Amino acid sequence: MSGIEKSPWLIHYDASSCNGCDIEVLACLTPMYDAERFGCIVTGDPKQADIFLITGSVNHLNIPVVKNLYEQMPEPKAVVAIGACAYTGGVFSECYNISGGVANVIPVDVYVPGCAAKPESILDGVVRAAQILAEKRKSLKVSQREKRKAMKKAKRVKGGAKAAGGQS
Amino acid sequence: MSAHEKAAPGPTVIPFGPQHPVLPEPLHFDLVLQDEKVIDAIPQIGYIHRGLELLVDKRDYLDYVHVAERICGICSFMHGMGYCEAVETLLGITVPDRGRWLRTFWCELERVHSHLLWLGLGADSLGFENLFMAAWRARETVVDVAEETAGGRVIFGSALVGGVSKDPSDETLKRCIAAMKPVRAETLRLANVVMNESTVRHRFEGVGVLSKEMAYALGAVGPMLRASGVDYDVRRRGYAAYAEVDFETVTETAGDCMARALVRVREIEQSFHIMDQIVATMPSGPVAVPVKGMPPVGEAWVRLEQPRGEVLYYVRSNGTRNLERFRVRTPTFANVPAMVEAVRGASLADVPNIILTIDPCISCTER
Repeated sequence: MSGIEKSPWLIHYDASSCNGCDIEVLACLTPMYDAERFGCIVTGDPKQADIFLITGSVNHLNIPVVKNLYEQMPEPKAVVAIGACAYTGGVFSECYNISGGVANVIPVDVYVPGCAAKPESILDGVVRAAQILAEKRKSLKVSQREKRKAMKKAKRVKGGAKAAGGQS
Repeated sequence: MSAHEKAAPGPTVIPFGPQHPVLPEPLHFDLVLQDEKVIDAIPQIGYIHRGLELLVDKRDYLDYVHVAERICGICSFMHGMGYCEAVETLLGITVPDRGRWLRTFWCELERVHSHLLWLGLGADSLGFENLFMAAWRARETVVDVAEETAGGRVIFGSALVGGVSKDPSDETLKRCIAAMKPVRAETLRLANVVMNESTVRHRFEGVGVLSKEMAYALGAVGPMLRASGVDYDVRRRGYAAYAEVDFETVTETAGDCMARALVRVREIEQSFHIMDQIVATMPSGPVAVPVKGMPPVGEAWVRLEQPRGEVLYYVRSNGTRNLERFRVRTPTFANVPAMVEAVRGASLADVPNIILTIDPCISCTER
């Protein structure tokens, strides 16, 4: 639990799974497992989401949808791929219509094992993703600060060179 | 027409899905609207299509049960069992009594879990979060029973060609029935909420009406058909142990969202009634017969009643270990034309709850 600074908002998308993992994701949000304990709520809007919960092996019709959802999410963001078929295609890995795992389409931060994944392991995946999110946020801040510093420095150097040119 | 002239008020097309807050699964509709009224809905499916019917080519016919169970995670046991029944018909195998009784028990357990799941999602589509949470809390006991008796919470993993693969003791089954007593009481309470709560009635009554004639003509199945007043339940065919148990086919006549909700809520009570009888009359003996050798050349088909309605399984064998063809006709696919009919004429705000009251299962539909 250490390392979680802010309440992450979740978005859930079923990218051609069998439903088993999806209903377990919903089970995580309801009273028995209750992901709201960690400050999570589900949103339907990718522009407000921090963590992307994705199940299934992503079929060809779904590839642009998944990419679109991922691109709409603001930085920093984390992706949790839930279930065996989100990892390699699982029991469907030989099917003709699947891309064989979420990682072939968008970068994945956490894999949750199981077919169907159990709610306990999904919760674990969400908590890990929240920690990764906190780290990403930190490094994003650092890189932004450095960028600002570099810009200031560049301005100063430029200004100094001009001044020097004026003297001669 | 110049850019300054106002366009004549024609129909507007609003895309609905594939990613939508009320839909747990991707489904796409182009809703054609005249002001707020839906005049047509054009469904597009294919977001969950994996092509797993073709996997029969690559898997041994006895191992394919694992794939069949993953056609859909909500009615997984029934999919596994339907495949098994079709293959058993092909092979001419009779399942032992205890196996048939356990199959009936798990089918009804799955029906209860599916209907409670639907009740939650239906409530969520209205924005009734409290009912959503209450239904899902009650459902947790049911999936715990599934885990204890079959081994899995949602994918049961107990279907087997020739019988079932798990044999819970009679004591375990009796304990499970006792553990589900509070769920029965809670279901009755929730049924009361659905019937009497003004917010639910306001959104469900008279919304998305499907007449008896239309439901029959469009080939609707399951609760969708029974809510329009057609008494049709494939369990009456007497597969598994349904010929030996007593149950009532639940029908309603209104054909609106409320009728569909009530059919499901009342079916939960019937499922508990069936499970009671199954556990009380559980025969002893083996749960499965060993299956060896190749399937004979030929074809077979069976029908079952899933939580969402009638489902048909067809298998064709060419005498090798891999079947030649496997085909499933799923209830949601049969219900899509009826859903489009129910959505026509509704207002835009009612579209989510009409779609939810057919209890769509997209991963069954597209496989």
